[in-house]
Amino acid sequence: MFRNQYDTDVVTWSPQGRIHQVEYAMEAVKQGSTAVALKSNTHVVLATLNRADSELTSSLQKIFKVDDHLGIAASGLISDGRSLCKFMRSECLNHRYVYESAMPVTRLVREVADNAQVCTQRSWKRPYGVGLLVAGHDKSGPRLFYCCPSGNYYEYLAHAIGGRSQAARTYLERKHEEYPDASLDGLIGHALQALDQDFKELDEASLQPYIQALRDAEGGDGGGGADGAAPMES
Amino acid sequence: MLAPPPFRLHTPASVGPANASSDNTRSRPAWSPYDDNGGTCVAVAGSDYCIVAASTRLSTGFSILTRDCSKLFKISEQVYIASAGFQGDVRALQKMLQTRNVMYEHIHRKPMSASALAQLLGNNLYYKRFFPYFTWNLCVGLDPEGKGSVYTYDPVGSFERVGFSCQGSGKDLIQPVLDNQLKAASPLVVPAKDWMSALPLEQAQDLVRDAFVSAGERDIYTGDSVEILTITKDGVNKEILDLKKD
Repeated sequence: MFRNQYDTDVVTWSPQGRIHQVEYAMEAVKQGSTAVALKSNTHVVLATLNRADSELTSSLQKIFKVDDHLGIAASGLISDGRSLCKFMRSECLNHRYVYESAMPVTRLVREVADNAQVCTQRSWKRPYGVGLLVAGHDKSGPRLFYCCPSGNYYEYLAHAIGGRSQAARTYLERKHEEYPDASLDGLIGHALQALDQDFKELDEASLQPYIQALRDAEGGDGGGGADGAAPMES
Repeated sequence: MLAPPPFRLHTPASVGPANASSDNTRSRPAWSPYDDNGGTCVAVAGSDYCIVAASTRLSTGFSILTRDCSKLFKISEQVYIASAGFQGDVRALQKMLQTRNVMYEHIHRKPMSASALAQLLGNNLYYKRFFPYFTWNLCVGLDPEGKGSVYTYDPVGSFERVGFSCQGSGKDLIQPVLDNQLKAASPLVVPAKDWMSALPLEQAQDLVRDAFVSAGERDIYTGDSVEILTITKDGVNKEILDLKKD
């Protein structure tokens, strides 16, 4: 990314037809910590790698429950993620109050995306600096979406965002045919492996059974670090 | 407190702006936003349990709407609301409290305690001080020490924590019975704080059952059946007791 005279605010186009501020916002997502999500025919799993800044503190919460049937994982400016989470929770609650049913995932994702788009077209605002992996389960089954600071949203079978997400995406693409029929434990195993192929950083006690199962299956080896698997079950 | 009378077919000629204060022929409104659907609720708090019960008959005027309407509402695993009165307002109140509980759990990452919900309910009732929820409420749950707690309300949010209470159409029939069995004869005999029920669980459950059977005899709006919930630290136990259908 090069600095130029067309990137000062979000309401200026560059001669190449780009809005640099939006692209810089997407860059902020790439600098965030890794978040991974994948779905089967019955479940969606979200996983994030939580790293504490120092030994004196714990890591930020990056996975948020939005409703009984829906959760998100954020990568980038987590504070922006929390703010979006508050909005999503409020929308879901409102929907439940009025219609006495769970909010469809697609509808919520579209509202979030529309919100994000507004921030790309106002001179007094800035784009959100967070990418959201939205995992939910409604009448149409398990759904997984990625919401981008640009205001776009995409549906995925499996996706990874944040730092070192390319390695995760490569892994996910390689194994993607196994996901639809995988069991929940199988999905979690895939998520952990996508997050950290050598298990160098995953040392939380609750993850060890999954890691052991993977090691047994593939004969690999691993070590320890921070954790973050929080499956939203169907 | 009596509800305004049900819908009237004929209205007096003088429906309109203020009559002179000396005019005795005050007209009554043609339509009331309220109705009284009857029903009785009872709650008893013990040293490690809480019983809440409500009759299941829903009435209007002198008719029965249904024999199978629950007046007990779960807010969280161990906190329940029992409401008698106008069913429309009861449902609106239940939905509102449920939504507020979910919001609370998102922010505080734990369910509401009975005392927190009690305060929330009281506040929300008073917000509508000048167009009240026509509901007679009881809020029950276990307190942080594991003892039962019962909060009793009037329609505009005046509330207090008590050891036992009843609300609804049969309350004047049942309250004296509870006072007789559960309250100390005098505050001098037992310190004021301890006039909560010291009955063991089974005896308290029997008392509640007998109270409803007796109320069902004389109160026309109480009958059909009673839902009785017993809340302890091990969970919630539900029992249905049949009453006379007349």
